[in-house]
Amino acid sequence: MTIFLALVRRDLRLAVRQGGDAALVLIFYLLAVLLFPFGVGPEANILARISTGVLWVTALLAALLSLERLFVAEYEDGSLDHLALLPTPLAIVVLAKIVAHWLLTGLPLTLMAPFFALILGMDRVGYPALILALVLGTPTLGLIGGLGAALTLGARRAGALLALLVLPLYIPVLIFGVAAVDAALAGLPSGPHLAILGALLLAAIPLCPWATAAALRQALE
Amino acid sequence: MTVFAGEGLACLRGERAVFARLSFRVEAGGVLLLRGANGSGKSSLLRCMAGLLAPMAGSLTWDGEAVLRDVESHRRRLRFLGHLDAVKAALTVAEDLALHQQLHGLRDPAAIGDALSRLGIDPLAGLPTRLLSAGQRRRVALARLLAAPAPLWLLDEPTNALDDDGVRRFAGIVRDHCIAGGIAVIAAHGDPGIAGDVLSLADYVPRPMDPAA
Repeated sequence: MTIFLALVRRDLRLAVRQGGDAALVLIFYLLAVLLFPFGVGPEANILARISTGVLWVTALLAALLSLERLFVAEYEDGSLDHLALLPTPLAIVVLAKIVAHWLLTGLPLTLMAPFFALILGMDRVGYPALILALVLGTPTLGLIGGLGAALTLGARRAGALLALLVLPLYIPVLIFGVAAVDAALAGLPSGPHLAILGALLLAAIPLCPWATAAALRQALE
Repeated sequence: MTVFAGEGLACLRGERAVFARLSFRVEAGGVLLLRGANGSGKSSLLRCMAGLLAPMAGSLTWDGEAVLRDVESHRRRLRFLGHLDAVKAALTVAEDLALHQQLHGLRDPAAIGDALSRLGIDPLAGLPTRLLSAGQRRRVALARLLAAPAPLWLLDEPTNALDDDGVRRFAGIVRDHCIAGGIAVIAAHGDPGIAGDVLSLADYVPRPMDPAA
């Protein structure tokens, strides 16, 4: 456990020192959301109607943008060898990296979501469901995306390949994430959708790091 | 007496067999030097020994125990140094070594100071590693071996980029490691300045139609 925390702290410290990546994701999120009023037109009820979908799809794309680099730096400077040779199982190392990544991108993205929802004119009753859905959904996006990042490690055009691999797997999170918010907006209980998002997360926590570790070992051979 | 040994090892890279029927044996306090031309499989053998690469055939043993049966204990007793220094550009030299200790569950600032002075880089302790030259970074990578000690060192071209002083210091730490009962396996085509048993990879080139290859 102390080693797990040491790994999380390591990644947070490296990210803070190098700067950029996490802020980039948030700026991308903001810009992408701001494009919709220009593209769709300023009509308030249309924007409010599509706001849930817009927020989730841009969150998905923002997650993808940052995940591409998850293992690349470690791979290029040789640190991945050392991480793979720690006595701690590689799956735990992977989980620590995903947790750190979520703290840097998923968490701020979730906290800023109501602000973006305000820009799009979403009804205020949807905010709690939006935040809860993002809290449960974005870690799953990170876990699945980490697997994609490991599988595409060392590939040419890894970014495009990653999108092709991972976006289809993001669909269940997207469906239930949007459904939870839409249910709240329609005055229906969003609990069942949130429960499914939670179930997806609980399934992803053991499965994805394990598969990611196997993919990383393959990349190191 | 601790013995690290391999028996009948074979390795395949892509479609090509790089070595076959390779056996070795190092006892505590011993140095094994891997010799061979570029592409002869020195790095592959080291990665096999570390467990990063699964051998096609053969077995590795530590004190008679198959290494693959308990990979975690094997990882705990080995330190690997590859072509790349794996030094994080954003950290200072001292931070990098402290982090390395933490990841191995250690906390020992005295060992860091000692490691830095053994490699002659104590004046650099507070500098970010991105400002270091290639040779200085190499010294940081070598200092890690002392900061978080382990009995088995697997070193791939450890003297790359080192100047004469660095090579001498490196030979010194390997000598002390062996006196303390450690084992070092070193891949080198230059002269690493260390005496030891030599394993020439050229003797294990797979023959065509070789069933073991």
